[in-house]
Amino acid sequence: MDTAFSSEDLKFQSDVREFISNNYPKELKDSISTKRKTGKELSRDDLMSWHKILGKHNGWSAPGWPKQYGGAEFTPTQKYIFEQECARAECQYIMPFGVNMVGPVIYTFGNEEQKAKHLPGILSGDVFWCQGYSEPGSGSDLASLKTSAVKEGDHYIVNGQKTWTTLAQHADWIFCLVRTNPEAEKPQQGISFLLIDMKTPGITVRPIKLMDGSHEVNETWFDNVKVPVENLIGQENMGWTYAKFLLAHERSGIAGVARSKKALERIKQIASAEMSYGEPLIQDPAFKSKIANAELELNSLEYTELRTLAKDSAGKGPGPESSLLKIKGTDIQQMVTELAMEAVGYYANPHLGTTLSNEYVGPDYATNLSGSYFNFRKASIYGGSNEIQRNIIAKMVLGL
Amino acid sequence: MNFDYTEEQTLLENMVTSFVRDDYDWDTRCSIVKTEEGWKEENWKKFAELGLLGVPFEEDNGGLGGEATDIMIVMEQFGKGLVVEPYMPSIILAGGLISKLGSSDQKNSIIPEIISGDRRYVFAYAEPQSRFDLFDVKCSASLDGDNYIINGFKSVVFGAGMATHLIISARTEGDQRSKSGITLFLVDIKSDGITLQNYPTIDEYRASEVVIENLSVSKENILGELGNSYEAIEEQVDLSTIAICSEAVGILQVLKDSTNDYCKNRKQFGQPISANQAIQHRLVDMMIEYEQAKSILYMAITADLSNPDERRKAASAAKARIGKAIKFVGENAIQLHGGMGVVDEYMISHFFKRATMIGILFGNVDFHMKRYIDLTQSNIQLINEDDGINLS
Repeated sequence: MDTAFSSEDLKFQSDVREFISNNYPKELKDSISTKRKTGKELSRDDLMSWHKILGKHNGWSAPGWPKQYGGAEFTPTQKYIFEQECARAECQYIMPFGVNMVGPVIYTFGNEEQKAKHLPGILSGDVFWCQGYSEPGSGSDLASLKTSAVKEGDHYIVNGQKTWTTLAQHADWIFCLVRTNPEAEKPQQGISFLLIDMKTPGITVRPIKLMDGSHEVNETWFDNVKVPVENLIGQENMGWTYAKFLLAHERSGIAGVARSKKALERIKQIASAEMSYGEPLIQDPAFKSKIANAELELNSLEYTELRTLAKDSAGKGPGPESSLLKIKGTDIQQMVTELAMEAVGYYANPHLGTTLSNEYVGPDYATNLSGSYFNFRKASIYGGSNEIQRNIIAKMVLGL
Repeated sequence: MNFDYTEEQTLLENMVTSFVRDDYDWDTRCSIVKTEEGWKEENWKKFAELGLLGVPFEEDNGGLGGEATDIMIVMEQFGKGLVVEPYMPSIILAGGLISKLGSSDQKNSIIPEIISGDRRYVFAYAEPQSRFDLFDVKCSASLDGDNYIINGFKSVVFGAGMATHLIISARTEGDQRSKSGITLFLVDIKSDGITLQNYPTIDEYRASEVVIENLSVSKENILGELGNSYEAIEEQVDLSTIAICSEAVGILQVLKDSTNDYCKNRKQFGQPISANQAIQHRLVDMMIEYEQAKSILYMAITADLSNPDERRKAASAAKARIGKAIKFVGENAIQLHGGMGVVDEYMISHFFKRATMIGILFGNVDFHMKRYIDLTQSNIQLINEDDGINLS
């Protein structure tokens, strides 16, 4: 047993650290920091410019992709290090929809034309993707989805509604699960995986405002949208297989350990500035104990993730254990966002960055911490709710 | 980075696993704990033959030079069999103190005897008022000619009834709660002045109250420096804490797996109770707690245990986190076994009881949480006003 990094890994770590410090743009840091302090939303440039820089550097925008598709093909340990270093420097994270979700589906199940057409744009960050899975009537029971695609000549005609489409307001393309065979014996058997250009006539995107006031997700409507048949991935009616592959594929970073660690560090700093009972909050035994509790959960989860990664490097592919990482990872994110809100006392109240608030009040570090708390209730719901993750473990790991 | 065992470690694991399977099945274990002695000396001889008694000792003293991982392997498997022979108290804790502090004469004469199974030392440290504070020592030793005269009372000394010798912590100077002034003495358990009151524990191990009255010990039998043993005691207790965390992880695995099997087999309302989602999710949460416990144990095992602060942090983090897992997995194992969970006859309650007592040993969750906090939250940097806060 050995968790020390090898000399190659240490070299890699210092390379990543150096690359970030030389290349992460100051303007981006400032722009994001100002927006955070004032409660403003991030622009497409804020979200993508770091991705674009990484895309020009040995495929670092796609840490897990094979080299033949332009990815970095990091080892699991390298992925872990990369994740840690990016979190440490508070880099804007890479949007997962292209790199972690549709990308691996395209290079695994797509044809040569599809690979040539789509992979470079995902890698470079020039093309923004979003995900068309959930529907108003299909949340946890995703296979019940109704959006239909009917083949007419060399096109599919798509009709229906997707929802919770994250950042669709920025997206150029959407990957969708659609029903191509309503007659199939099982609902899973009639689903196909389609790539759709968001500029196609008949697509309407409407914002859904979340409880923190943010515009993160949307409804996406399809009204007789014509999609060329060459945009079908793999075989018709096999979409469920690709969808499941996508869900289980990318587990590096799924637990968000590095980001939660950084957040916990910040909470300690905030709690050293906030006063309670005439002393810094960080001296308060009850608060200390909550921090320590979160830290222990995080330490355990970090080693659970490392154990999973070590299994991955031994060639034992991804499996349903990633559900464990999702459950605990989101538990901890929620624990951490709650602690941050708690740390700032009354200054959890001001809701800044809305059209009604022009003035900025309270300490900079307090802005939007309650917003984060409310926003992060989503974490145990999205990506397969934590109850669904428990169903998966019960069935696939425990054999119940 | 890897979590693999070496070839030797795999062999060690196989050896202990087959001992537990072949020589320590459940019925055998139950008959051992019902005997007057509460253990089987033959098993100790078997451990000696298998080389288990030498695992943590230096090769110079005839040991195997094992590390934290090797100790984990033995303890985890012992946990799965609820092995009652005093391996941790005698080999890891007392043996560790002798290895750490012994003069070369002491080590040369004592350690081979321990490894051959002919001598068993256990460490008498706790006192009625000390709770988990290792430095709270009232038991006193005063010089009288060339000998020290020891008087005091030691509580809940695990395995003393099976031991041939004791290591006694006594105060040679300072206040009751001073970290300096604590001296260790090696004594034959049959010495005049030592009275044992032996009793079974709730988890069917054995412990003793030790009354020490005018016990005379020669200066040569001081272990380590006069009045300067606290650091070594703390270190060996930390390493022993990690050892019992390993035992706990073995036990948690049994609790979780047995409960899984039980729920698949127990039928109510015409179907296995594991068909109910309420039960399924509970079993999943038990599995998650087990994995998290195992992970923090791995963190502790792979930490730099030679660095005192890292070692303290690792031991307390593991003990606090695993203590929580013990409560969750243990209580739910009993709950899901229903009536079968609360009876003495079925094995599940015995695993629960042992795990719960491990939860107390060397400090419970609250004790180690506090220690972890003191170790990690004393130096917090103040916030830089210009930094943005990014919590998403």
